Amino acid sequence: MTGTVLTTRRVDAYHALTVVAPGIAERFRPGHFVGVAVGGARTSMLTRRAFSVHDVKPDYGGTVEFVFTVRGPGTAWLAERRARDTLDLVGPLGRSFPLPRDPVTCVLVGGEYGSATLFPVADALQQRGCRVDFVLGAVSADRVFGALRARRMGETTTLTTEDGSLGMRGRVTDVLPGVIADVRADAVYACGPMPMLGGVTAVAVEFDIPVQVAVEEQMACGVGVCMTCVLPVIGDDGVTRMVRSCVEGPVFRGERVRFDDVGTIPFDALGAPGGGTRNAG
Amino acid sequence: MPVDMRTYLGHVELVNPITTAAGCAASGSELAQFFDLGRIGALTTRSITMAPRAGRPTPRMAETPSGMLNAIGLQGPGVDAFLERELPWLDQRGVKTVVSVAGGTVAEYTALARRLTDAPGVGAVEVNLSCPNIEDRGRVFARDGAASAEVIASVRSVMRYDVPVVAKLSPDVMDIVSVARACVDAGADALSMINNPLGMSIDTEAMRPSLAAVTGGLSGPAIRPLAVRCVWQVHAALPSVPIIGMGGVLTGQDAFELILAGACVVAVGTALFHDPYACLRILRELEELLAARGFHRLADAVGLAHRPPGATTRHRIDLEESSL
Ligand SMILES: Cc1cc2nc3c(=O)[nH]c(=O)nc-3n(C[C@H](O)[C@H](O)[C@H](O)COP(=O)(O)OP(=O)(O)OC[C@H]3O[C@@H](n4cnc5c(N)ncnc54)[C@H](O)[C@@H]3O)c2cc1C
Ligand SMILES: Cc1cc2nc3c(=O)[nH]c(=O)nc-3n(C[C@H](O)[C@H](O)[C@H](O)COP(=O)(O)O)c2cc1C
Ligand code: FES
Repeated sequence: MTGTVLTTRRVDAYHALTVVAPGIAERFRPGHFVGVAVGGARTSMLTRRAFSVHDVKPDYGGTVEFVFTVRGPGTAWLAERRARDTLDLVGPLGRSFPLPRDPVTCVLVGGEYGSATLFPVADALQQRGCRVDFVLGAVSADRVFGALRARRMGETTTLTTEDGSLGMRGRVTDVLPGVIADVRADAVYACGPMPMLGGVTAVAVEFDIPVQVAVEEQMACGVGVCMTCVLPVIGDDGVTRMVRSCVEGPVFRGERVRFDDVGTIPFDALGAPGGGTRNAG
Repeated sequence: MPVDMRTYLGHVELVNPITTAAGCAASGSELAQFFDLGRIGALTTRSITMAPRAGRPTPRMAETPSGMLNAIGLQGPGVDAFLERELPWLDQRGVKTVVSVAGGTVAEYTALARRLTDAPGVGAVEVNLSCPNIEDRGRVFARDGAASAEVIASVRSVMRYDVPVVAKLSPDVMDIVSVARACVDAGADALSMINNPLGMSIDTEAMRPSLAAVTGGLSGPAIRPLAVRCVWQVHAALPSVPIIGMGGVLTGQDAFELILAGACVVAVGTALFHDPYACLRILRELEELLAARGFHRLADAVGLAHRPPGATTRHRIDLEESSL
């Protein structure tokens, strides 16, 4: 669908675009993402770019906001959009974060712009009476997204930077065990770079509490047809499959994702070359 | 007046010439969220293999100018799951289905064809010949006319007589016409082209190949001229053989170009990644374009660009030039 850019703004090291997209806003649930066409009508950039939805508002029939960092030509083009430009979006896409039925305590862990995804989750959790605590991290102070808002919303907020320019020096995984213990967390929600999600999952497993992660794999279509965005995930039946992170994810139970094997086909995965093909059935 | 968009794959009638390209529509249900699959001429499945396949490691994709490279490695659930779930799902919705098959040996292709013979809902079988032949040191079937012909003859011999067998050709050959002829002589009822030519890109930041598999298949508008050339050459040599044309079709005009070169069916692949509604949009654009040019029937445009330079008035020659 075609959306119209309402506002653009800079948030520290990031760009934020608010787009009028009623069809997407009304069906949005926390964790969903949008697929954005970049480069205009006659572009040579064919694959859609995926962005988590940071915020939806009822204004103008429904707006969605996403936050991004300039990485390559597509995001560079997006950073040049101005109010009233049109934008071609598909969404909402993917599986949203499952929410607990009971009012429990949740630690929300965000890395870089991954934090943007967590605010709608925090909203939904608080509406259910959950206690929310934040742990946000990045390489440096300007890349920590949403620290202020987290401080407003969260019971506690712990910040980490690798260069020590804000909060504690180090990574989110360094402080996470302390936070989980202090707040007696019942569950963890995380979004950020893949190695961080692996680390966060390991901590949650240590504490034996559930962890939901939103992964970011390279995507071409975002709607499940191209098979580029796969990663090894263990199913209910204990069998590892190469599943599409755009339709079966991007949200997974952390302990189901084989983080150490991302970027490979584990030998015991269903249909893996050699032995794997024999566990068909 | 509406244009008659019907077309034929062998004797199988399609309501219009638009289909999805193999491997670009997953199991069909993913696209059904965006449009009614019954509105396109046919849906082509991903290439079905005997056993489930996990495919290649990631990254599997690299965007390139007006195209992309992919190294998916035929990931799929295998023929049992396909026959149990995916094909019945399509059949129940009345979707005309072209089932693509892939194998590493002639026996594997034949076994797959045998499994499909009794399955309801198989509209046609497309034989993906771009697989390494494990009995011939990994040489790709499609690069060799004799190996391709052997596969086609074997699939044709076990397939039900009323199900067309389509040979899918690769452009990575010296002489595509000779491979096409070998396939037709072996019993192919139609030809499909082009599969992805092999390409490569290097990430200059990481200074390593962009794809885990190093090389991958190139698709998108970047390969359209290659596709037009292949369809043109094969249609010129074998004018009565129906051709499914594909390669970089993004618009109705792109589809029209392949039709003028000789295709009677046009498959949409990479465009679906850019726009999940691409098939219906391309169909509408093609129909408008045909109407604007004064065509009453799609069939009259098939291969029309082959008419001799002197014959400029379309209306006098269109019936003779039609390959249908
Ligand atoms: C579910 C999901 C949510 C995301 N949310 C955000 C977000 O909120 N904010 C943000 O800044 N970024 C987000 N990303 C990453 C973002 O999609 C990429 O940074 C962006 O696609 C890069 O495009 P480019 O043209 O600048 O880079 P290029 O490297 O030129 O892109 C080339 C191709 O690779 C794909 N690609 C490259 N990097 C990534 C990546 N990290 N993840 C997925 N595909 C990639 C592109 O989509 C494109 O198809 C998300 C990714 C996913 C999968
Ligand atoms: C992601 C992807 C997967 C593909 N998988 C298959 C496949 O399983 N079998 C096959 O015969 N061709 C496969 N192809 C090739 C396409 O069917 C088509 O021939 C080619 O991409 C050219 O068309 P396009 O430029 O419209 O994509 C694949 C192409 C892509 C991009
Ligand atoms: S991005 Fe295409 S299948 Fe997931």
